[in-house]
Amino acid sequence: MLTFDVIVIGGGHAGCEAAAAAARTGARVALVTRSTDDLGVLSCNPAIGGLGKGHLVREIDALDGLLGRVGDAAALHFRLLNRSKGPAVQGPRAQVDRKRYRAAMLEAIAAEPRIAVIVADVVGFAAGSKTAIDTSTGPIGAGAVVVTAGTFLAGTLHHGRTITAGGRAGSAPAGALARAIAGLGLPRGRFKTGTPPRLDGRTIDWAGVDLQPGDAVPTYLSDATLPSERAMLPCGVTRTTPATHRIVRDHLDETPTYGGDFAGPGPRYCPSLEDKVVRFGDRDGHNIFLEPEGYDDATVYPNGISTALPPSVQAELLTTIPGLERAVIRQSGYAVEYDYVDPRALTPALMVRGRPGLFLAGQINGTTGYEEAAGQGIVAGINAARFAAGQSPVILDRATSYLGVMIDDLTHLGVSEPYRMFTSRAEYRLSLRIDNAADRLTPIGLACGVIGSARSARFAARTAALTEARARVAALSATPAALARAGIEVNQDGVARSAEAWLAHPAVDWPVATRLWPELCATPPDIADVVATDAHYGLYLSRQAIEIANFRADETLALADGICFDTIAGLSPEMVERLTAAQPTTFGAAVRVAGVTPGALSALLAHVRSAT
Amino acid sequence: MAPGDLQRDANQSRLTPTIFALATGAPPTAIAIVRISGPATLALLTRLTGRALPPPRRLSRRTLRDPTTDDAIDTALVAVFPAPASVTGDDVAELHLHGGLAVVAAALAMLRRAGAIPAAAGAFTRRAFDNGKLDLGQVEALADLIAAETDGQRRAALGRTGTELAHHVDRWRTVLTDIRADIEATLDFAEDDDVAARPFDVADERLCALAGELRTIRAQTERGGRLRDGVTVAIVGPVNAGKSTLLNALARRDVALVSPLPGTTRDAIEVRVDLGGVLVTIVDTAGVRDTSDVLEVAGIRRGQLRAEQADIVVALGSTAFPNAIHVVSKSDRTSEGAGWRGGALHLSATTGDGIDLLESHLAARVSELTALGEPAFIAAQWQQAALDGAIASIETAQHISVAALVAEELRRTSLELERLIGRVSSATLLDHVFARFCIGK
Repeated sequence: MLTFDVIVIGGGHAGCEAAAAAARTGARVALVTRSTDDLGVLSCNPAIGGLGKGHLVREIDALDGLLGRVGDAAALHFRLLNRSKGPAVQGPRAQVDRKRYRAAMLEAIAAEPRIAVIVADVVGFAAGSKTAIDTSTGPIGAGAVVVTAGTFLAGTLHHGRTITAGGRAGSAPAGALARAIAGLGLPRGRFKTGTPPRLDGRTIDWAGVDLQPGDAVPTYLSDATLPSERAMLPCGVTRTTPATHRIVRDHLDETPTYGGDFAGPGPRYCPSLEDKVVRFGDRDGHNIFLEPEGYDDATVYPNGISTALPPSVQAELLTTIPGLERAVIRQSGYAVEYDYVDPRALTPALMVRGRPGLFLAGQINGTTGYEEAAGQGIVAGINAARFAAGQSPVILDRATSYLGVMIDDLTHLGVSEPYRMFTSRAEYRLSLRIDNAADRLTPIGLACGVIGSARSARFAARTAALTEARARVAALSATPAALARAGIEVNQDGVARSAEAWLAHPAVDWPVATRLWPELCATPPDIADVVATDAHYGLYLSRQAIEIANFRADETLALADGICFDTIAGLSPEMVERLTAAQPTTFGAAVRVAGVTPGALSALLAHVRSAT
Repeated sequence: MAPGDLQRDANQSRLTPTIFALATGAPPTAIAIVRISGPATLALLTRLTGRALPPPRRLSRRTLRDPTTDDAIDTALVAVFPAPASVTGDDVAELHLHGGLAVVAAALAMLRRAGAIPAAAGAFTRRAFDNGKLDLGQVEALADLIAAETDGQRRAALGRTGTELAHHVDRWRTVLTDIRADIEATLDFAEDDDVAARPFDVADERLCALAGELRTIRAQTERGGRLRDGVTVAIVGPVNAGKSTLLNALARRDVALVSPLPGTTRDAIEVRVDLGGVLVTIVDTAGVRDTSDVLEVAGIRRGQLRAEQADIVVALGSTAFPNAIHVVSKSDRTSEGAGWRGGALHLSATTGDGIDLLESHLAARVSELTALGEPAFIAAQWQQAALDGAIASIETAQHISVAALVAEELRRTSLELERLIGRVSSATLLDHVFARFCIGK
């Protein structure tokens, strides 16, 4: 029997990231996929990053993950979103070339000698072992298994009212794997999602739509990416019309949602065209972003009109959209319905409770989006390797990262619709920014050995530069009169302040600071971003630091694994039931369990203090 | 490994605030003891006394001065209890003051300005707990007690401020959630026109209404707070009526001037004076006139808000404020001189003629207001702190234009409202656990 440290089942965003992360820590990894053609496939739109999602990409990058650098290598259009709304809520996004993306992902996996890609169908878990699997090419043993089955668990594809089995157009569902997961007896639910029709770009009237160029100076997904000379492509923008909506309304009963085929809810945040028309009936149009799929690929992805209307109706409604009147559909839009596992069945390490060594990551846990999947993949990959090596798990908390926020939300609150990241999910948003992702996460990555030597060297240099820059802005100072002489209006109170203090003033941004103190000109831009933003948010960050210290004090009070709440004095039966159902792993997590009273928490606190 | 460990150890001492509270009953009392605890305690005491620290655990006589103005506050007995041999395990100091209203109010205000934080309910006990000063038996006893009493206490706390408060708070939270959702939508759906996110406006009427209601409740429930914060007098009136001159006349004449604060906004100038033993903040608001200048309109609007919040309004040359003290200035230009005529006080701020009449009238109104102060000054303090925090965060939100920071301020408002009704949230958990203890214990 082949044996490895870690088996990763599935080669999508979660699977590739999990395999690569486990391998970087030194584990020998089997990446089991049904076809090498499936590695690095972008099932939905050809874009990586965005609001909230861009934070996840930067954090994955800070742990030396793949998503950002592969995305940059394939990018044909960059845009920093929320540019005007402040550094805490900005998110980088890249439109990517599908083929280049797949090729770059394959290359990244191939470059990792500790990953063996095994093409096989998973038949089930091997009898007698919790971390070995049977496949169509034979059994594989390992110390830990990561399952990243995406939408392939009991997946059904819906074109109008026509239903076929599958997880993505052209791919069969993972039937045997689904049965094996079902055999574990984990709580499950059903979600739906969908995609728009893909268009032949040569049949779009580009003169009839607005063109949106990318940023002239790109903000890359990865901080490792060097500027490139590659020409960038624009996206198009057009809009649905009242005539489009009429057609949708006329054919609603031919869709799976309104015809009654769907049981599960879809993402409110990425609604299908039919949902938009029904829910926002008063609107006369909805934006459509025409996203190019590649440099040598004429296919265009019309983002915003995800639909499961019958293919003939899809063709008809295109004729009502400016610029798309004569557009030819290359592949019809469709909806997918699939099973997910209730993520409350997982520990914050993404390991299945009561099933040591089995990890789940990605859309199988009820999330939506490449970035959310990859983020779980990297955490599951690191922890699977650590489990196989007999090490304790790495838990990212809500104050470290969006990754921590996401996993805490998933494993403690569960999901009621496909989970997508938003900046508003992070209560410490001002502290968790794209500019400081490396400072927050790379030290953790270094401690668990997931950072390669190149990034490790870069990070050491960055840390030195950051320390120096912080010392410099603290040491330099100026009087209000000096600022006034430089033409900057500030209150003339006669008090000299440090450069750091002046940077908190709305009138003093980094370019102004470099005028006042030319010594600052030599500061690298990425370092300047962190220093200027920390100063700008200074008051808020110091407040949040106190809040975070309190939060962490609660989080570090660990509750024993398999704690019996009914043996704790002072807990009512109702409280025992709530706590037992939620299985909080720390006192802080117990605080967030709905309905637990202060009295119960103080009893729990007394118990924890006595146990340590 | 636990990723938080590294940062936490380095940050913990820096992040522990220094707290203070009045440990004795509501003033006036013969002696008032203010207790201070935290890492900055000893440095703070050195600054306030201008002298070296007294020997540990011995009462020593010191003159306390406000470091920002160098004004003497009181001659007091002070004692220091260096860590860890103190009640909380932190550095602790006690100020034994003369227990008059003005002295206590001034001392508390001074500590706040010096960077110490008014202790939340149970904060001293929490420190002792964190520093291992309570043994497990004590902790368990507390837990039992709290388990039995938390809900009753919450009801009692709500009862004290009116039975409708819980209902009000629920409504406020709903309104606030709506507003926050609008702001968050503008941040999280930048480009998606399918979210009906309307751009957030700092003059959002829902937010103004919410702030107004919170202020009303505060005024109704916490008259005792006037002893701590003092009484606010707003001078309103048209441009060039002589408001600033009047303010200066009041401030200059007063030898017990506590602290002249340079204008915190461009719209209002404040001075603090001692009037009949009570701290009085006099605010000079922006003049009222018809104008289309957007900034000026905003300034006038804020001036009106300030006047609405003020305990007493002095209206100069204007009859637009029905409950105000009406003043007609520039009496030096008429033959009749200073005095009350036709319901208005005629005076000259330039010559000072009649200023004493205004002052004595103000002093009478002030003492009327503070005489209504509730004896439950201390007991209501944690709720007052929550309300103050909620109001302050909304007011700050109304003055900033960066949506991400507005969102942060309003997140804070939500936390404060949760605190107000005794609801538990993660960051405030232990504070709630210990909230039953009297402040300063």
